[in-house]
Amino acid sequence: MMAIPGESRLRYHCQLRQSAGERRADTHPLTWRLREDGARIGLDEYREKDGYEAAIRTLEKCTPGDVIGTMKEANVRGRGGGGFSAGLKWSLTQVGDHLPRGYLICNADEMEPGTFKDRLLLEQLPHLLIEGMIIAAYANRSCYGYIFLRSEYVEAARSLALAIGEAREAGLLGKDVAGSGFDFDIALHTGAGRYICGEETALINSLEGKRANPRAKPPFPGQSGAWGKPTVVNNVETLCNAPGVMQHGVDWYRGLSGGRSEDGGTKLYGVSGLVERPGLWELPIGTRGREILDRAGGMREGHTLKAWLPGGGSTGFLLPEHLDLPMDFDTIGQYGSRLGTGLIAVVSRRQSIVSLMRNLEQFFARESCGWCTPCRDGLPWTVKILQALERGEGKPDYIEILEQHTVGLNPARTFCAHAPGAMMPLESALRHFRAEFEAGIAQASLEGVG
Amino acid sequence: MGNTGMSDSGMSKAQSGVGAGRRIATDGDGFILHQDDRRAMLTERDHYEQPQAACIEALKIVQRRHGWVPDGAIAAIAETLGVGTGEVEGVATFYSLIFRQPVGRHVILLCDSSSCFLTGSEELSAALSERLGIRFGETTEDGRFTLLPVCCLGACDRGPAMMIGDDTFGPVAVDDLDELLGAYS
Repeated sequence: MMAIPGESRLRYHCQLRQSAGERRADTHPLTWRLREDGARIGLDEYREKDGYEAAIRTLEKCTPGDVIGTMKEANVRGRGGGGFSAGLKWSLTQVGDHLPRGYLICNADEMEPGTFKDRLLLEQLPHLLIEGMIIAAYANRSCYGYIFLRSEYVEAARSLALAIGEAREAGLLGKDVAGSGFDFDIALHTGAGRYICGEETALINSLEGKRANPRAKPPFPGQSGAWGKPTVVNNVETLCNAPGVMQHGVDWYRGLSGGRSEDGGTKLYGVSGLVERPGLWELPIGTRGREILDRAGGMREGHTLKAWLPGGGSTGFLLPEHLDLPMDFDTIGQYGSRLGTGLIAVVSRRQSIVSLMRNLEQFFARESCGWCTPCRDGLPWTVKILQALERGEGKPDYIEILEQHTVGLNPARTFCAHAPGAMMPLESALRHFRAEFEAGIAQASLEGVG
Repeated sequence: MGNTGMSDSGMSKAQSGVGAGRRIATDGDGFILHQDDRRAMLTERDHYEQPQAACIEALKIVQRRHGWVPDGAIAAIAETLGVGTGEVEGVATFYSLIFRQPVGRHVILLCDSSSCFLTGSEELSAALSERLGIRFGETTEDGRFTLLPVCCLGACDRGPAMMIGDDTFGPVAVDDLDELLGAYS
């Protein structure tokens, strides 16, 4: 027996790159409570650090309508990648005395390529998520919450199970939450793989114990979701924003961006790829890509930046000249990409874009649920074409075929956002790096055409 | 019991590859659901409005004990939860981390998504394949390891990343493989 895995220097530990000294309650609402050693914050420590005060006060003093109004005004936008206003989503949940109370689902199925932010909150700060869920459940009159966690997040599962138990024992979950008269409990639901489970209606099917195919919309989950009940699905980071908003108010939250963006709050930004110090930081929303990349120490020696994905495998490539844009939903959206999850992946000049695109489309092709034909058949076709271009065996019409896919797999033509997401990096790669694709067309075939 | 005729067409190539290695003894036809597992499934069932919701967890309960999900378990789960056998099989073949054929003692999940690709996952996977003598979807002759690709592991700041069993590692260099694999017997 060699090294014990638990002690191996190779073992992965999720860590924020900011020291405790840099993080304050009024500027880093998501991470100020985190410890330098990265250990899980238990209930006692969480409560010593003002934990659950926001939820208790909300249940005591606010109506559900107040909460939704506050979230709307604060402009908390969905941190799972969609950027949809959380307050607006909550306002669309069907509630009423004549209707059954519905469900709240936390989407903790983090699998977007290049995204490693929710893992930090789940492992180290599970009570912040539970507190956010209590507030969200109250606003939406949800009777029960599920945390849909990907099965590979083993440490997060341990941490959440402990935290749910602690909260229940302290009367913060279950009947009559904190003496408020409001009943709400949470169960941890772990998945069994498949990226498509992150799509909110596929996630609901998966929660119900079915194949994770997406559902037709409308009806939207807010009208008819899990078991036909009104259902709210929010990302981990989104829910973790709620306690701060309720505790410190709209003006404070909107001020966190310091004028960098119309969006409110802070964002967990990160960098992966060939940089000196890849990592994760909590920064004002609208921070420029360049500042984030600087925090990561810039490109690794011998590499220069060729392109970057701003927020996951389903976002479009941006160029070095875009590093000075504020990283928020609307701005990045204006440049043919999306903020997505806000975790940057850098591409070195030494990396072939065609090969990277082949890798990305292999991912999306494998992860297609197969429900609708354009996605099931179109994505493997792009993989075959990209593989041929990678080998220099492309045919003259291959680029045109790829371009047809970027149109043919657009949102109007597929059941969910999976294939359109897969086409976003491809469309932008063809736009920015067309010559690389052209170089993959076999010379012999070109001569044949002439 | 003894339901052996189900199609595996829903499985990805990686899952359905039988592998170069020997086939580990199957107990498909004579499957007996352990009493503790049955109880655990019924407890899970109570977390949901409908019993079918517990079927993914039920499959995982079987898999924790047996390493994989034999045919007989599908019928046993269906009976325990009161749902159709076809429903359970449909779910079992959809999810990549439910194994419908025997796997090794340790399942290696190698992240092949973009951030790990950018930091060298293809070199790592080639080296791992060579060292183990298997490709993705296969199990080593000695039944020690099964190698599978996995969606972005959310360890992108330390790519290339991989899991062995429940343990996550990264960044893993080709030179680290001996040390890492040596810890799993």
